[in-house]
Amino acid sequence: MNGAIVAFCCQHSAYPAADLAGKLGLHYPEALRIIRIPCAGRVDVIHILRAFEKGASAVLVLGCEDGACHHITGNTRAKERVKHCEMLLKEIGIDGRPAVMFSLSPNAPHKFVRVANEIEMVTRELREAR
Amino acid sequence: MIIAERKPMAEISRAVAPYKKVLVAGCGTCVAVCWAGGEKEVGILASQLRLARSAEGNEIVTLEATVERQCEKEMVMELRDKVSEVEAVLSLACGAGVQTMADVFEDKPVFPAVNTTFIGMPESEGVWVEMCGACGDCYLDRTGGICPVVRCAKGLLNGPCGGTRKGGKCEIDAGKDCAWVLIYRRLEKQGRLDLMRQYNAPKNFRAVKRPGRVQAVKA
Repeated sequence: MNGAIVAFCCQHSAYPAADLAGKLGLHYPEALRIIRIPCAGRVDVIHILRAFEKGASAVLVLGCEDGACHHITGNTRAKERVKHCEMLLKEIGIDGRPAVMFSLSPNAPHKFVRVANEIEMVTRELREAR
Repeated sequence: MIIAERKPMAEISRAVAPYKKVLVAGCGTCVAVCWAGGEKEVGILASQLRLARSAEGNEIVTLEATVERQCEKEMVMELRDKVSEVEAVLSLACGAGVQTMADVFEDKPVFPAVNTTFIGMPESEGVWVEMCGACGDCYLDRTGGICPVVRCAKGLLNGPCGGTRKGGKCEIDAGKDCAWVLIYRRLEKQGRLDLMRQYNAPKNFRAVKRPGRVQAVKA
């Protein structure tokens, strides 16, 4: 998994968006590894840390838009967990590898691709800066 | 329950710096409830350690285990196989748990990964407040079940100081309620305001003997 961008994608929003991006033939980074999850709220701090342990260069948690979570508060919980995870990563001082949460709707394939490309650019810059 | 907070990562890393294989041991009771040392926190700390050491190019192997109560020797004994495999133990239990672990496995260094802070209860999600100072001389019968020893910033036993703020807040910390205002209101609700006029003798500090020891009397 060295250098991979792990994207935890909610099956109600980001996953259909990724699917749609594929159907439309939109290009997103090859390094992206999509993991389908029942809700962004399923992602725990330990999942993000383990992804980094296995060599991920970035972790994305992609959930529903505010107020649209199928499990009511899954996306807000995920946001808090990602924020907590940022603090834990900062605490151990590992080279700024990003863990980020984004919200998107299932009919937003272009946003999915934009987010993936942006994070890929960030990881590339980080790699080059090292 | 006993409340604890995790120590800063730098302190934990320093403690285990000389070791290549450690056991990260959690406790499934008090510290698990206050999000400091349960199974989840064990996993997070172990992962952080591995990531930090791997970034330094000095890999560490971590074993993870959580027992129901680390303050009981019988339960800590369950870890003997894992402890025999490692060079040191990082305990996420309260001070009693760390010492039990250190007593049971005398030949292994045991390091605390949390700071034990107080006896308290949850106030809201993720917030715990001190409720008991384990002073050995309980006043709660006279104060409507509100402890002035720890909940009053000055530990006053006979009514409030002169500094209570408007709205019944403490002069030391405006975010905290004045314990004596709470006591007054509670006693008023119970029709026991006469207790406010009752004099409480100075605290008997001899009631707490260090180290504490209680021998149960069998019925």
